[in-house]
Amino acid sequence: MRAGPSHLWDALKEASSVVLLILGIMVLWEGAVLVFKPSPIILPAPSALWGEFLAAPSYFLRQALFTLYTTLAGFALAVVLGLALAVGIVHSRLMEKTVYTVLVALNSVPKVALAPLFVIWMGTGIEPKIAIALMLALFSVVIDAVLGLRSVDPDMISLAKASRASTFAILRKIRLPNALPSIFAGLKVAISFALVGAIVGEFVAGSEGLGFAILTAQGQFDTPRVFVCLILLGLLGTALFYVVEAIERLALPWHVSQRSGRAAQH
Amino acid sequence: MAYVGIDRVGKSYGSPRGPVLALEDISLDIRAAEFVSILGPSGCGKSTLLKCIAGLEPVSGGTIAVNGKPLTGPPEGMGMVFQRDVLLDWRTILDNVLITAEFAGTPRARMKPRAVQLLTRFGLGGYEDRHPWELSGGMRQRAAICRALLCDPDLLLMDEPFGALDAMTRDDLNLELARIWNDTRKTVIFVTHSIAEAIFLSDRVVMMDRNPGRIVEVIDIALPRPRPLAIRETPEFGRYVAHIRHLFARLGILKDDTP
Repeated sequence: MRAGPSHLWDALKEASSVVLLILGIMVLWEGAVLVFKPSPIILPAPSALWGEFLAAPSYFLRQALFTLYTTLAGFALAVVLGLALAVGIVHSRLMEKTVYTVLVALNSVPKVALAPLFVIWMGTGIEPKIAIALMLALFSVVIDAVLGLRSVDPDMISLAKASRASTFAILRKIRLPNALPSIFAGLKVAISFALVGAIVGEFVAGSEGLGFAILTAQGQFDTPRVFVCLILLGLLGTALFYVVEAIERLALPWHVSQRSGRAAQH
Repeated sequence: MAYVGIDRVGKSYGSPRGPVLALEDISLDIRAAEFVSILGPSGCGKSTLLKCIAGLEPVSGGTIAVNGKPLTGPPEGMGMVFQRDVLLDWRTILDNVLITAEFAGTPRARMKPRAVQLLTRFGLGGYEDRHPWELSGGMRQRAAICRALLCDPDLLLMDEPFGALDAMTRDDLNLELARIWNDTRKTVIFVTHSIAEAIFLSDRVVMMDRNPGRIVEVIDIALPRPRPLAIRETPEFGRYVAHIRHLFARLGILKDDTP
C-alpha cells in the first residue's frame, strides 16, 4: 500500500495541474474581455466576478449552504430508500416485478417535468426541493445497488448456505460488502443528480439557494452574479463528488482499484 | 449404519431442450470416517451429486440421509471446499476462516485460537492478517480448507478442491489432506477427475459415467495407510490405475492405448 505522504504528494501534484489549467483559462478570459470589450451583460471579466463575490460574500455563501443542505438531505434520503429498495428487489420476486418495473418506467419520464407537481403537493418550502433531489438521485442508487447485490459468486452463497447461514447473515456478511464497489459507483452519480434536483427545485419555486439566486439575477440582467453562482455550483458539485470518493477509499481499502504492490507472487 | 445414505437418487433439470437427466438411480452408502472419492468425466453429474448430498440442491427422486436424518437442507456439522477458494477479498485470512463460526452463531473469540492453530497447521502461520489477494493459489486453497474445518465438521465435502492448482502444490495438499484425515477420521466425500488423486486418498473410489450420470463401479482401495507419495510408483497402485483406466476406456471415456 502506498504510504500516506507520497499519496498526499500525488494528490497535490494532480490538484496543482488542475489549478494551473483553471488559472490559464481565467487569464485568457480576462485578456479576451480586455481586448474585445464585450458588454458586461454578455460576458463579464473574471476580475469583475471576484469583485461581485467580495461585495456580498455572506449572501452567496448563504445561498450555497441552502443548496448544499437540500442536496445532502435529498441524497441521504435517496441512499437510505434506494438501498432498502435494492435489498427488497434482490430478495423478493414480487418486489422485482413491481417496484423495479415501476422505477424503470418512472425513470423514463423526464423527472424535471414533475417538479411543478411537487410544488403543488408540498408548497414552496424546502420539502419539494429535497423531494426532487431525492427523486433524481434515487434511480442510480437502486440500479447499481441491485447490480452489486446480485453479482455475488454463486459458490460463495452455496458455501454460506452449507454452513447454515441465515439469509440476513448472507446479506450482511457477503452480499452487502461485495456490492459496495458497485454501490459507490451509483452514489457518485447520485450525488451529482441530487445537486441537479436541488437546483431544479429552486428554479421552479424558491426563495433561497443558488438556483433561486441565478433566477433573480437573470431577471435583473445581473450577469456577474449569475456567473458567481455558477462557479459556486461547480465548486459545490466537485467537492461533493470528491467527498463521496474519499469515503469510498476509506470504506474499500481491499478493492482491486486501490491495491498496489501487495499482490500475490505466484 | 451408513453415515451418508444415498438411496435410488435421481436428479433432472428443466432446460430449453426438454428435461435433462443429470443423475439416475444413484445408490451408495458411506460409512462414518470413510474417505470416498467420486471419479468421473466432466458432465457425469459428480458435482451435482455432491450438491445434493450437501442439501444445496433438491433431488428429483429417491432419498439422501445424513446421520440417519433425511435431508431437508444442508445438514449440521458439514464443511465444504470448492474448486475455487471463494475467499472474501475484504476479509483477512483469519477473518475468512472465522466466517464459518459467524454463520454458525458461535462467538468468534472462542473459535479464534482454533482458527490460528488450523492456519499454522496448514503452513499459513504468520499470514493471518494478510488478505486473500496477497496469497498464492495453493495458500488460498489451504485457507479455504481451514475455513471448512473450523467448526470441526463430521462430514467434509470437497468438489475438485485441487483441480486448479499446479501439480506440485497438488501433491503437497494431497499429503496434507491425507494426514488431516488420518488424525481426525472425518467422513470425506471427494469429487475429482484425477485417477491418481482418487486412489491415493480414498478408501473407496466411486466411478461414474455420463448421460445420464450413474455409478458404474465402486472399488475398494486396499493400500496400507499412511500412504507416502511414493506409493504411486508401486505395482499395487499401478494395478488400481490400470483397472480404472481400462474401465473408462471400455466406456469410451478414455481412449484405449493398448495395442
